[in-house]
Amino acid sequence: MSISESPTKRPNRIFHNLNAKIASIPMILTATVIFAGGTLWTVVYSFTNSRLLPRLTFVGLDQYERLWSTPRWLIAIENLVTYGALSLIFSLVIGFVLAALLDQKIRFESAFRTIYLYPFALSFIVTGLVWQWILNPDFGVQHVVRSMGWESFSFNPLYTKEIVIFGILFAGLWQGTGLVMCLMLAGLRGIDEDIWKAARVDGIPMWKTYLFIIIPMMRPVFITTLVIIASGIVRLYDLVVAQTSGGPALASEVPAKYVYDYMFAAQNLGQGFAASTMMLLTVAIVVVPWAYLEFGRRR
Amino acid sequence: MSNPGTLAMTVAGAGAVAGELSGPHGPKPRVTFSRRNIFIYGTLIFVAIYYLIPLYVMVVTSLKGMPEIRVGNIFAPPLEITFEPWVKAWATACTGLNCDGLSRGFWNSVRITVPSVILSIAIASVNGYALANWRFKGAEIFFTILIVGAFIPYQVMIYPIVIVLREIGLYGSLTGLVIVHSIFGMPILTLLFRNYFASLPEELFKAARVDGAGFWSIYFKIMMPMSMPIFVVAIILQVTGIWNDFLFGIVYTKPDTYPMTVQLNNIVNSVQGVKEYNVNMAATLITGLVPLIVYFVSGKLFVRGIAAGAVKG
Repeated sequence: MSISESPTKRPNRIFHNLNAKIASIPMILTATVIFAGGTLWTVVYSFTNSRLLPRLTFVGLDQYERLWSTPRWLIAIENLVTYGALSLIFSLVIGFVLAALLDQKIRFESAFRTIYLYPFALSFIVTGLVWQWILNPDFGVQHVVRSMGWESFSFNPLYTKEIVIFGILFAGLWQGTGLVMCLMLAGLRGIDEDIWKAARVDGIPMWKTYLFIIIPMMRPVFITTLVIIASGIVRLYDLVVAQTSGGPALASEVPAKYVYDYMFAAQNLGQGFAASTMMLLTVAIVVVPWAYLEFGRRR
Repeated sequence: MSNPGTLAMTVAGAGAVAGELSGPHGPKPRVTFSRRNIFIYGTLIFVAIYYLIPLYVMVVTSLKGMPEIRVGNIFAPPLEITFEPWVKAWATACTGLNCDGLSRGFWNSVRITVPSVILSIAIASVNGYALANWRFKGAEIFFTILIVGAFIPYQVMIYPIVIVLREIGLYGSLTGLVIVHSIFGMPILTLLFRNYFASLPEELFKAARVDGAGFWSIYFKIMMPMSMPIFVVAIILQVTGIWNDFLFGIVYTKPDTYPMTVQLNNIVNSVQGVKEYNVNMAATLITGLVPLIVYFVSGKLFVRGIAAGAVKG
């Protein structure tokens, strides 16, 4: 180490751990230029009237006012809320129930687990296309039930405005519940067996043990799962593109698709930036409290 | 792990499994057809069928001819098995001007996935190693930005990256997409490697330093050989993640360089022409094959991979 002449002057810190610093350059660049810089850039440009090309002519909150008075955006938000709420509830419930059932020392556990999880390995595009085919009114479920004699049977979610988002939810749950089950199963396996014994000795029925003892103990697992599902929901895009392309009309529009369409198809960058900033805000509302709870406590 | 006896209590009223409550002595009586078992296995099998139906429908449809699809039902097994849809999906299906099937997209995806996986893991493992063993002032701040960045919707960062790539002349090229994947894989992978390296015994690192080993020699001679399991987990995570990507593919590439997912969506959702559902399903299966193979071959490691990198969601 270098010995400096005056005691107030510290040795040059820049060359301390120089190799580690050089090795971290990609990380530093990504963090500052892409993640911090890119986000800031988009937020700043959301206050401009950029159309085909980004321009720094500030127009205040104009883009946001326009955004919130666009029916298409309102549909997108409504869809996201419906999809998000139902997807959260159903993934958590189904995932937990499956995990609890698999945790009963059953045979063929790994076979069941493999079956429940495989859709998660597939892309949303593949998922969307398969379910588009199964829900196809002329060939799929509706056709099959009708050809069995129930002529008036109607089940056509992907071409019915009011319920199209449920058709997407169906596919989304098929793809994602396996992951939730996996996380829940890991959580259940982490619970001390003595808890179960104690509950049994006290004569507490099983469902009560789950509801009032096990689930509260699994709080961290639930929170992690919640954050994962929530951040996935906000990004919902591929599935919609593959399954309905946002249709019929604009009935299955979602914010991520709105952003893409305005940025790359409609050449209305300002709107795209404003919409994506709203997405950022949503995530901040969800993630910041979680990060605070998770990391704030530990220090 | 729960004890089956607990569940038995709630249904014991039925008397079917009362034997299980008779005390801790002797081997546990095996009642195969207890009410409880029928309920549990019944539910599990029912759900399993629901999960398997799409895969079954894909396979069955891809092996049928179009006339059979038009008259039959999608759940019926094929009367005459034909592999023609597979051949067509692979070699001659049309997207826009190109009629060379999915093969183009497949090789694009391979050329995107292989370097992206190598590059992202190389960078992230070194990052994680520096963060765990060679802490320097300020590193944690960048790392925090990175982790927070993982939660930011990609849509927020898409356009600035378009500009950056355009400036350096890589917009629309496979190289550009490789860089993008390496960037977005960094948060999770760095976290993964940092936690793993931090869990290795510190004495090992100290001993190496006393022996005069430096930053790189410790990484290559000690850390890397000791971390093969976590490297495998990272590879699984990245291969499936990058192969399945759609958004970055559609934003940063052109028709010639489209990855497979984008090309598949274009083939199936193209508005022109007669819809050939068997070819579409064959194409869908072919696209899903790579992640499915990774999933089935890696087995438990896949589960570990998603658990370790679950935040990528």
